Amino acid sequence: MNIYVLLKRTFDTEEKISVANGQIQEDGAEFIINPYDEYAVEEAIQIRDDKGGEVTVVSVGNEEAEKQLRTALAMGADKAVLINTEDDVENGDQYTTAKILAEFLKDKEADLIIAGNVAIDGGSGQVGPRVADLLGMPYVTTITEIKIEGESVHIVRDVEGDSEKIETKLPLLVTAQQGLNDPRYPSLPGIMKAKKKPLDELELDDLDLDEDEVEAKTETIAVFLPPKKEAGRILEGELSDQVQELVNLLHSEAKVI
Amino acid sequence: MNFELTKEQQMLKDMVRSFAEKEIKPYAQELDKTSGFNEQAFKKMGELGLLGIPFPEEYGGSGGDTVSYAIAVEEIGKACGGTGLSYAAAISLGASPIFYFGTEEQKQEWLVPMAKGETLGSFGLTEPNAGSDAGGTRTKAVLDGDEYVINGEKCWITNAGFARQIIVTAVTGKKDNGRSIISAIIVPADAPGVTISCNYDKMGVRASNTCEIVLENVRVPKENLLGDSQKGFSQFLYTLDGGRISIAALAVGIAQAALEKALQYAKERVQFGQSISKFQAIQFKLADMATEVELARNLVHKSAWLKDQGKPFGKEAAMAKLFASETSFRASNQAIQIHGGYGYMKEYDVERFLRDAKLLEIGEGTSEIQRLVIARHLGC
Ligand SMILES: Cc1cc2nc3c(=O)[nH]c(=O)nc-3n(C[C@H](O)[C@H](O)[C@H](O)COP(=O)(O)OP(=O)(O)OC[C@H]3O[C@@H](n4cnc5c(N)ncnc54)[C@H](O)[C@@H]3O)c2cc1C
Ligand SMILES: Cc1cc2nc3c(=O)[nH]c(=O)nc-3n(C[C@H](O)[C@H](O)[C@H](O)COP(=O)(O)OP(=O)(O)OC[C@H]3O[C@@H](n4cnc5c(N)ncnc54)[C@H](O)[C@@H]3O)c2cc1C
Repeated sequence: MNIYVLLKRTFDTEEKISVANGQIQEDGAEFIINPYDEYAVEEAIQIRDDKGGEVTVVSVGNEEAEKQLRTALAMGADKAVLINTEDDVENGDQYTTAKILAEFLKDKEADLIIAGNVAIDGGSGQVGPRVADLLGMPYVTTITEIKIEGESVHIVRDVEGDSEKIETKLPLLVTAQQGLNDPRYPSLPGIMKAKKKPLDELELDDLDLDEDEVEAKTETIAVFLPPKKEAGRILEGELSDQVQELVNLLHSEAKVI
Repeated sequence: MNFELTKEQQMLKDMVRSFAEKEIKPYAQELDKTSGFNEQAFKKMGELGLLGIPFPEEYGGSGGDTVSYAIAVEEIGKACGGTGLSYAAAISLGASPIFYFGTEEQKQEWLVPMAKGETLGSFGLTEPNAGSDAGGTRTKAVLDGDEYVINGEKCWITNAGFARQIIVTAVTGKKDNGRSIISAIIVPADAPGVTISCNYDKMGVRASNTCEIVLENVRVPKENLLGDSQKGFSQFLYTLDGGRISIAALAVGIAQAALEKALQYAKERVQFGQSISKFQAIQFKLADMATEVELARNLVHKSAWLKDQGKPFGKEAAMAKLFASETSFRASNQAIQIHGGYGYMKEYDVERFLRDAKLLEIGEGTSEIQRLVIARHLGC
């Protein structure tokens, strides 16, 4: 089984994030493997251990992403590829990333591609489906279970809290939802082994792509933090007066009705 | 000069940090209350290769270096001081002497399962009447045919209640100058005549297992002698030199935890109409804490690095242990101060940090003994 995992390095949204000049400040931020991609790596390793084959983790990003790729190798992936776009792409979007990944993957004869459901930074959830579309491959998003028997694939996917069962075939792209598995920690022997595993670095040139072929289709107008949460207010007085006041506030202050 | 961690060290740090956040920290308060031992965490640490960091793969270890080991101790200690102490002692005191001085058979028999995380080991040096002055050891081992017969008493031995074996120091003879010859002998914890009781009601590091050991006519094969029969004393001095790096790393972990808690609290706590972090008096405390933590960590990493380079590290290890443990105590104390009345309550963790940190100024050589060691290195 030839398995590819799409992995993004992202900042940890549980840590403090600060925005200055319309950009997220990377200085104080902690960087991690996008948590949904961690499920993807874990699932790929489990399927590989069960069915044999090879797991390759691919990331589009800059040199810093090497650490996250090495971590995936330490978890048990076999190979890693970093498509370094630092010099070529200034403002990429989901189209950019998907186009690059599809170009890389088109001749790889992947049986299964696993991506995260969304990246917790941009939160678009588009890259997986777009890659599948460009490759002309079927895809299933937000999966919480996958069983492979020969060519057939049995999937359970999360639909807003409900489950949907799907039968499909390889080759296939799926995106991982929380609950798919419990990602392992990279063990220390795993970390030591990861040093010796192959990590290739490519640029757009190596994929015969021009900068304008991957130009973003969208433009980011502004980046800002959500407004600070104000302290709550407790209304007082007769119940009917409170209701009256609440309606007024919803109307005039919150402007939701 | 290069102060950067390698990629592997950085990955290890991330891994141990998230492991400790999830598997160790949530239990710290409860284990402090009950004086329980987090066996589950030790099992998982074993599976992740953390109990074998500084040992080569051929002995079941992970082939890491002392710097990596120090990083792991710091992160575990940051989550729970008691678990951190048991972790550090398991490697530095339980396993390392066998790696340093053991025969090939002893390494296969005792070290390999420890490095793989399947068993724990202890090191029994301290006695009721021999603490700082280990030369005052009274436990005796007498050769009787092919066996040593051991009699004596050891106190405050870390992990003994969960250990498969204890390395026991005992007097095996007298030198010409009248001084005792002290040797180290591997004693299986289940050998007849060994009684281990773990009933101490400790001030801190309560998640660490600490026991009293009574040895009554305990017979072990003479092959269980560890290293040179004449050089037991210098062997355990070397063992303690290494152990000091890990105690210092543990101290840095607790100090870092205290700093983070205090900083976060200072930003949130409002008095006199502003957060107390705006008061210079609080800022200066935090600045001092951060500075000392940084210095202590640098000293820990330097002594670990010296050890990894095969260079003398005894002086630096003593300095690291002295400065880091005292930093840890000061930082925890200031963290309580910054928390005001809340800091005095167990719920806020910082008072536990202080109780845990206190042990680090005592165990594996008191602060006074560290100063003595440093002074000797200075040529006094
Ligand atoms: C929780 C815990 C875990 C421990 N784990 C272990 C373990 O796993 N294995 C083990 O063998 N031991 C262990 N110990 C014992 C520990 O190493 C000793 O407590 C320590 O070495 C100090 O010895 P002591 O308690 O007998 O104090 P003492 O040696 O009696 O010291 C009392 C005081 O006198 C000072 N002092 C002593 N000699 C001098 C001197 N020459 N100059 C100036 N001041 C001096 C000391 O600094 C101290 O302040 C543990 C102790 C504790 C509390
Ligand atoms: C066991 C116990 C018993 C108590 N008993 C009583 C009692 O019987 N009756 C009672 O009324 N209270 C009692 N208290 C409360 C006690 O008086 C307060 O805890 C104390 O006054 C500190 O207030 P705080 O805890 O709110 O800390 P905070 O005022 O929040 O102080 C937090 C930190 O900020 C510092 N700080 C605050 N303001 C400034 C400033 N302007 N400049 C510089 N630093 C500043 C403080 O020094 C401290 O280090 C008790 C507390 C305890 C723990």
